[in-house]
Amino acid sequence: MAEPGDRWAFELPSLGADMERGTVLEWYVHPGDDVARGDLVALVSTEKADIDVEIWRAGVVAEHLVTVGEEVPVGTPILALDGAGALAPVVAEQAVAPEKAVAPEAPVASPVRVLASPRARVVASERDVDLGALAGTGPDGAVLVRDVLKSDVLPSDVSPTPQPAKAPTEDRSTGMRRAIAERMAVANRTIPHYHLDLDVELGGARAWLEDHNESLSMRERVLPAALFIKAVGTAAAAVPELNGTWVDDAFVAAERVDVAVAISLRTGGLVTPAIRDVDTKTVDEIMADLQALVAGARRGSLRSSWMADAGITVSNLGDQGADRVGGVVFPPQVALVGFGRVRKRPWVVDGAVEVRPVVTVTLAADHRATDGATGSRFLHALAGALSASATNNAVLEEKEES
Amino acid sequence: MNPLTDDQARAVVREAVATVAPEVRPELEALDPAIDLWDELGLDSMDHLNVMTELAERTGIEVAERDYPRLRSVAAIAAHLATAGSPS
Repeated sequence: MAEPGDRWAFELPSLGADMERGTVLEWYVHPGDDVARGDLVALVSTEKADIDVEIWRAGVVAEHLVTVGEEVPVGTPILALDGAGALAPVVAEQAVAPEKAVAPEAPVASPVRVLASPRARVVASERDVDLGALAGTGPDGAVLVRDVLKSDVLPSDVSPTPQPAKAPTEDRSTGMRRAIAERMAVANRTIPHYHLDLDVELGGARAWLEDHNESLSMRERVLPAALFIKAVGTAAAAVPELNGTWVDDAFVAAERVDVAVAISLRTGGLVTPAIRDVDTKTVDEIMADLQALVAGARRGSLRSSWMADAGITVSNLGDQGADRVGGVVFPPQVALVGFGRVRKRPWVVDGAVEVRPVVTVTLAADHRATDGATGSRFLHALAGALSASATNNAVLEEKEES
Repeated sequence: MNPLTDDQARAVVREAVATVAPEVRPELEALDPAIDLWDELGLDSMDHLNVMTELAERTGIEVAERDYPRLRSVAAIAAHLATAGSPS
């Protein structure tokens, strides 16, 4: 066990490779609170999103080291804690369970999280409106901009011009655009890209999916996107040269198969949270994760554990109607996989032309890390996972177990 | 339950879409019911699935997956619900 008196600092984590600074918008824990590994400690605003930050070690909160609203660089100590800090992270991890068991009476920090869209938070803080006092009309009761505006009827000192509502919205989307622009400019300047395409016939996968969905309730139905992500994970495990990052002129292979998913926000811009351990998850589990990620992204409640860096990214623009995605790699990753729209197309089967559902899968990859031969192997591994018959398809293997 | 009238069905569909994608509510109310929601409002396949799930919970009518592709406007979904909800 840790010496109770050990004081340590929790530093502002990097919530995505493009994040340099962050601002604590709200503390979920306060001096004297016990925190366990995985507890949410703060809501942190970055240029692209507001993110619920989880802590990775247990301890007792001693003090806040930054004030709400203060923008600080990644790595800045933001929270001082006592206990468990002297332990190495691995040991601390093992210590978490017993600690919890020993001290069940300790009030576990369960912050009352006010769900709200990022825009709503900004508008509310501009207008000095307490989010907690509002009845949200968004998903799960999330507070939306219109709820804030509706509540803000008190004339008092806030000038009721229409501008204050608009300006913060522009700030966030401007920040989002700038962050995307900077990262993509770095990508295009520093990454010598190569691009490969492969058309994949989805008749077998689609038939399996329809059959599989018949057995599920509507809430659990699986979308093709979950199959695509699973196939990318399978291919990334088979061709690990494309799963990792390019750091200091060298490739660093990822230790796990974590797949980031580009999620476009209807308010503009995109975020890329990750699904963990895709290689070992079933498509049902991946679908559940994807639902949570998309809902969180759009509601403005992303968790920091979703934002840590993945080894590869998927962009599924086919959903928006494009046939083919000519992707740009997200540095420091070395590969991005794009799925276009699934269309009925002529497909040659045993010398005859048939109409089949087909998707164009594209790979954008970093030539510093791999060559086209590796990329081609990856695409064929992915196609194999997607298009093999339901009986021997790695993507579908959990079907046989059930 | 009683079959829905077309107006009721359209109102339920609008409400379901607005629940799944609250950001589009203002546009939704002004939208021609025959317009493709997904093209017009930028909804994706996950939104579509969530709208269908929401409708099933509100009306008790489960839409089969094979019918999804043609149910892309308020009018089309409402007509499907009204038909599916009427006694056959």
